[in-house]
Order: sequence, then C-alpha cells, then structure tokens
Amino acid sequence: MNEWSLTELDLEYIALGAAILGTGGGGNVYLGKLRGWEQLRAGRRIRIISPEALQDDDLVIAVGGMGAPTVGFEKFEKGDECYRAVRALERAVGKRAVALMTDEIGGSNAIEPMIAAAQADLPVVDVDGMGRAFPELQMNTFFIYGAPPAPGALCDEKGNTVVFTEATSPVWLEKLARAGTIAMGCTAAFALPPITGGQLKAWGVKHTVSQAWRLGAAVIRARAEKRDPVEAILKHEHGQLLFRGKIMDVKRWTTGGFARGKLEMDGLADDAGRALDIEFQNENLIARLDGEIICAVPDLICIVDAESGRPISTEETRYGLRVAVLGLPATPLFRTPEALAVVGPRAFGYDLDYQPLGEYVMPEPKVKP
Amino acid sequence: MYRIGIDVGGTNTDAAILRGREVVGWYKHATTPEVTSGIVGALSGALESTHMGRADVGAVMIGTTHFTNAVVQRRELSRVAVFRLCGPATHSLLPMVDWPVSLREIVVGHVALLPGGAEFDGQPITPFDEASVREACRRARDLGLESVAVSSVFSPVNPGHELLTAEIIRAEMPGAAISLSHEIGRLGMLQRENAAIMNACLHVLGRKTIAAFRASLTDLGLRCPLYLAQNDGTLMSADFAERFPVFTFASGPTNSMRGAAFLSGLREAVVVDIGGTTTDIGALAHGFPREASVEVEVGGVRTNFRMPDVFSFGLGGGSLVTGEGATLQVGPLSVGYELTARGRVFGGDTLTATDIAVAGGRASLGESSRVADLSGSFIADALAYMQKRVEEAIDQMKLSRDPVPVILVGGGSILVNEQLAGASQVLRPPHYQVANAVGAAIAQISGEVDRVVSLSEVGREEALSVAKKEAVERAVAAGAEASTIQIVDVEDIPLAYLPSNAVRIRVKVAGDLAL
Repeated sequence: MNEWSLTELDLEYIALGAAILGTGGGGNVYLGKLRGWEQLRAGRRIRIISPEALQDDDLVIAVGGMGAPTVGFEKFEKGDECYRAVRALERAVGKRAVALMTDEIGGSNAIEPMIAAAQADLPVVDVDGMGRAFPELQMNTFFIYGAPPAPGALCDEKGNTVVFTEATSPVWLEKLARAGTIAMGCTAAFALPPITGGQLKAWGVKHTVSQAWRLGAAVIRARAEKRDPVEAILKHEHGQLLFRGKIMDVKRWTTGGFARGKLEMDGLADDAGRALDIEFQNENLIARLDGEIICAVPDLICIVDAESGRPISTEETRYGLRVAVLGLPATPLFRTPEALAVVGPRAFGYDLDYQPLGEYVMPEPKVKP
Repeated sequence: MYRIGIDVGGTNTDAAILRGREVVGWYKHATTPEVTSGIVGALSGALESTHMGRADVGAVMIGTTHFTNAVVQRRELSRVAVFRLCGPATHSLLPMVDWPVSLREIVVGHVALLPGGAEFDGQPITPFDEASVREACRRARDLGLESVAVSSVFSPVNPGHELLTAEIIRAEMPGAAISLSHEIGRLGMLQRENAAIMNACLHVLGRKTIAAFRASLTDLGLRCPLYLAQNDGTLMSADFAERFPVFTFASGPTNSMRGAAFLSGLREAVVVDIGGTTTDIGALAHGFPREASVEVEVGGVRTNFRMPDVFSFGLGGGSLVTGEGATLQVGPLSVGYELTARGRVFGGDTLTATDIAVAGGRASLGESSRVADLSGSFIADALAYMQKRVEEAIDQMKLSRDPVPVILVGGGSILVNEQLAGASQVLRPPHYQVANAVGAAIAQISGEVDRVVSLSEVGREEALSVAKKEAVERAVAAGAEASTIQIVDVEDIPLAYLPSNAVRIRVKVAGDLAL
C-alpha cells in the first residue's frame, strides 16, 4: 500500500488549506498544527493513504474535536483524547480500526485524526465527509447516505469516556454528544460511528487532504515567489473568483446560540461599481452580487486576504480588509435532494432553491492506491 | 504643576513639558545606546527651554522601546521558571513550544505542569495542590532561578489558582519576581503564557532600567514621581513598571496617537505619524488607540496582550526616491538619521522624500536651489506617489466607510498635503513634531476586565455592570482620580458553536492621574 508520509512543511500547507476550506469557520488550525509538529518531532509518523487502498470490510473511524473553539484555544488538549475515543469505539464494536479519517476537512478537525493516527500508528485516509466545515455532526455525507448513528465515543482530558451505544438518528447523536461536551467543559474528542471501507468509497468526499495541501502550498509558494496567491489558488482549483473587494460593513447577531451575521463589500479592480454581501452562521452561507444570489451552501464561499491569501474567519472580518471571495463547488454527494435537505439553503432557514456553482471536479490525489 | 513627557524612539528622544493643557516647552535629543543619557539630554534641554523651577515638576512620564529591543536583540534576559496550572489539560503543548529556539534556550529555566486550572465557568479542572507547587518552587530555587511565570487555564475567568501559587512562591522563593498570566494577557492560554514568560524574562532588566531612570531624575534635581507609558495609552507607576515591563511594548505609536488626539482635540480620528524612515498609522476610538484584534508577534513570539493596531510602512523624510514614471518609487529604503548630511537640500547627493517636499514647495528646508533641476512633472509624480500611499493606508485603518478626520504628526508629515482622500478634515496641530512626548505627558490611568460569563445564570445587563464596576475599582487602585474615570471600551462577544449563552465580556475604563 502506498503511503504519503507528512513532513512539518506538509502540515503547514494542510493547516492553511484546511482553514481556507473552513469557509470562515471550522476553528483555528494553529494549535493543531503545533501539536502535529510535536508528534513528528517525537519520531512518530503521519501517513496518508488513498481511499481506494481500503478493503470493503475494513473498519475506519472518523475522529475530531467537538465544542467551542474559543474554549479550545484556552483549555487545549491533554494530547490523547482522540486516541482514547478511537480505542473506546473499537472496544464497543469489538474490532480494530484499519485507518482513521476526519469527517470535516475544513478547519481544525483536518489535523485531529492525524495526531491520533500518529499515536496509534495507523494511517489517515485521504477523504472526509464534508469537503468543508459545517457546524453539526449530522451534516456529513456518511450520515446523509445512511451510516448508522451509533455507537459514538466522547472523551475529555480528565479521563472520562462516554460511549453512546444507541441513538435513533444522527441529530440525536449530535444532541447527546453536544450535551456531553458541555458537561466536559465545552471541549471534547468525539469518535463517530465506524464505517466500512465500502461505505467510505461510496460516500466519502475523496482526496480532500490532498486538496487542502494543494491549496496551502499554492498560497505559501505564491507568497514566497511574490506572485498573487489568489491567482495561484485558482490555477490549481476548479473554483471561481466570485469577487475582489473591500469589506465595508459587518453586522452580527445571535440566534439559537449561533453567531450569525452579514458582510457587505464594495468591488475593486474588475469588480469596481459592484457590491457583494455574504451572510454567515459560523461559516459563510450565501453570497449575493448586487442583490442576486451567486453562491449558496453547500457550495463553498471562501474569503481570503487579497494580498497574502490568508483565510479570513467570520470572527475577524472588519471594515477595510481587502479580500478575494472564492466559490468552490461542493461535492455532488451534497447536491442531491436528500443531502440538500440537511445542508442546503433551506436547512439554514433560507427559502430558496439551491443553484449549483459550476461542476465539481474531484481533487487530484497526492497518494495513489 | 508641570508634567514632563519623554518618548525614547529609535532616532530621537523627545521631551515635552505641559502645564495643564498647554505645551510650555520641548526638546529633541539623539537617542543614545544606553538610553539614559539621551533622556537626560532631552530632559535638560526641555527644562532649559522654560524657566520653571525643578520643584514645580509634578510627574515625569517615560515611553521607551528599551524592553522591546531587549527581546528582539536577545539581550539581558533572565532565565524563567514556568509553572502551568492545568491538571491533565494542555499537556500536548509545553510552555514556549512556539518560541524561536534561540530565544527559548536563553529564557527557559524550569517547566512544571501542575494540578489545578479552571474550566470556562471557573470550576476547577482538578483541585489545587499546595505540595506540588512547593516542590516546583524548591526545584526552581535549586536551579538558582529568581523569576517565575505562572499560567493557569482560564485564569482570566478565575485567577484563584494563580494567586494561591504566588503566595507559595513568596514563601518558598523569597525575593523572586512573579509574573501572573491573568494580570498580563487575555483568553488564549499559550499566547497569554508567552506574554507572562516574556514579562518574567525582563525582570532583572526592568529593575535595572527603572533604577537608572530614577537616578537620572535625581541627578537633574527632580524629586517627583516617575511613570512609564503603557501600550494602551495609559500610565503605570515606576514600581508597577518594574513588575510589568512588557506593558511598555509598542508604547511609541500609542503615545503619538494619544498626543495627536490631545493636540487636535479629536477623539475619533485616524492618526498618521510620519517619521524619518517609517509611517505609522493608527485609529483613535474614544481618544484611545484601537487595539489589535489578532495576536501580535514580539521577537518572533505570539502574544495576546493588548497592543495598538498600527499599520507601518517604509515612508519617511529620509526615504530614497528612485526611478521615474512607471518605475518611480519612494522608500522603503531610507537614509534615516543621516538625512541632514545626505539629503540634496542639505548639501548631499542622495535624492530623498524631503528633497521632493522642498522642490514641491511643501516645506522650506536647506537650500531649495539644490533641487531646482528636478522637472515639474517628476516632482508632481513623486508627491502624488507619497500622497497615494498614505491615502491607501488611511483607508485600511478606518473604522467605517464614512470619511474620518485625519491628524498628521511627526517631522515627516510635510511629505503630504491636507487634501487626503477619505478624510473629512485634515489637521496638523501645533507641536506635531513632538506629539509622542506630549502623548506620554497626558497619559491616563486605566482599569480592565476580560472574562467569559454564562448568561443562563446572570442577565447581560447585570454581567456588564458588574464588570464595569470592577474595572473602575482597578483603575482607582492603580492611581486614577475616581471622578474623572470614563468607560473607554465595552465589548461582549458570543462564543461560537455553543448553545449555552456563554459570552466574553471586556470592559476598559480610564481616568486622569491623581496628582
């Protein structure tokens, strides 16, 4: 089996690319990157394998952090939480995992399974369940297409482990895991119900670790060579430049515990004279050009600094920032009626039909089977 | 009573003397490597420019880059013992993990991860353990360490374990300097801990420098209290500054912004400070510099304590002018302090931004005949280039799309004219050359609270009013005149991904120094 063994620089690229795929949310990647580096410096390896390398009956576990990023930035990990969640889940199903994966490539959870995998000496599959970031567990392709909603395992840094042996739906699993996370101090590691190699190949969003790497590498190399990082991203990605402009206003409000808001931008260069606004709920949801919708969830709306290519989170948006707004097509797995019911505009309270943004092209894998 | 403000910059040490709201004297002296003789020079020059008695000086305020430079140049730093109270949490990243190795090796003395720390709601992660803190103290003492940085998880919410630890350190390590993270940084454990460690490593230099400042005042016959300018535009007493040297970081741009606000009478404005080599642009909100919202790197280390949001770029009176037409460029290279020797109007042969200002009739300095050969269109292009750079930077720092007042300060502000795009008005107040020293002289005393509150337990209004009251109490304790205290900043931010109504509340107040 071919393996792609990550270096510190690879992690740097993946962290930056994952932050771009976070579409404004997904949590901060900085501490995760440092923790990944610590694993490599301790002599452990982070190995990436192709989804096609798996047997249909292989067991794969998705694992990551759950809770409030602001809390995680203060009370960060002991270090073995994700690893213990994986082991707890293996005990619950009576079978060892062949590989780990992330269910959410956008943001900090891109790196969490890599740390657990380094500790367990398992590979990480070049796949995820979103191709981006979303706020809740049920919003991933595996649950949408029928992966069982249990068992799941939740661990904190104190040594507490909760295994959810039965849940009647992914939404119930989300609800219970969220309650457990709050009791554990608002941060925890969660291992999702195991899936098989066959399910992963059918329902996974493929090669997204490679995609994150390529995005990050494009930006960092363009910076070093004094080229335009936005051009560099577009050269490698099958996305569109939606807008270049300047943030003119940011309005924020909260509904149901979610930080929502709206950004207004005025166009610069080719977009001079036009206006774009973006509504967000942790992540960017919908973009309107001169009042007309040009991109909406589940397609990705990524905002980067126009000069440096640095991804801009919804929390740090403010007047005056010069940005480029990129639209990346969502996986076709998110564009079906059953998926749009969970991750489409209506799932976020918008009474409108989803119009896909261009054709999705599967990212090139960095590692072949 | 007179107040004397001093700003120690890279090139010049400026002093300004104020009586009430009036600037009665000022002086610029070259900055000297050991800093203090430059201070003495500027102080005596300013004193001589007036005819006041030494006994009439009520206070001296110094703003200095000395401590920032010590970290950047890795000079005179102390070894530090780091005690982190975290229980089982945070073990994945040890203290100083993201420091440049060369700096970490100079500073790290001993690291102990100890029981304790708090959850986001203030409850302990694990109970505080006195015996393990005593053991850590003994190890640090045996290693000969005299400075301790203490960081506890969620100490901005509940500082209890840091305070208990400090008591034990005082008993076990008499005379040791103690830096508590909750007194220095904000939420964000690693960055706050970094700030505390940085403060701790400056402890010996802090004592030495403050003692030298005190001696300089005594030598000049000044018996008044000494204050240091902090980077949020407020003051700390010299005793306090010995304990918190990091709060002097970036006080220079802050002083010039505060001075600009004072001299112009504006509280909401963008301040453009053009010096010899660089231009610093910041925004005033309620008369104080707006703070940077992201982490700030000092000497390659990420920290999260308050710092002014300043945008700097290489344009100043000494900037080199090269090329023409499409290749025309002003800065970032500069002749710096050699301007008066190398600039064309001063008899040199290097074309500088100041030469353009003279040729364009914006300033009368040196011999204008020495730039008579420059063509009108070239001069116009170069002036437009500088004007545009400044206009773009102003727009970056504005708080909204509306035009804002712009205040021009610093000796290099002659490079631009008053017709700046995006400005509702442009002011060049009197004494603009020493706005930074004036800013130090008029600095106030502040108090601040930053914490996470669960609104399911208390109402938002109540939580805010408790925080405001505590901030006022802290300002009074630090020496502010209670009747003059005003709220400078109130912020409440809901925490993402949590349906439990947790919000982060930040309140800052400031008042005049009680003289």
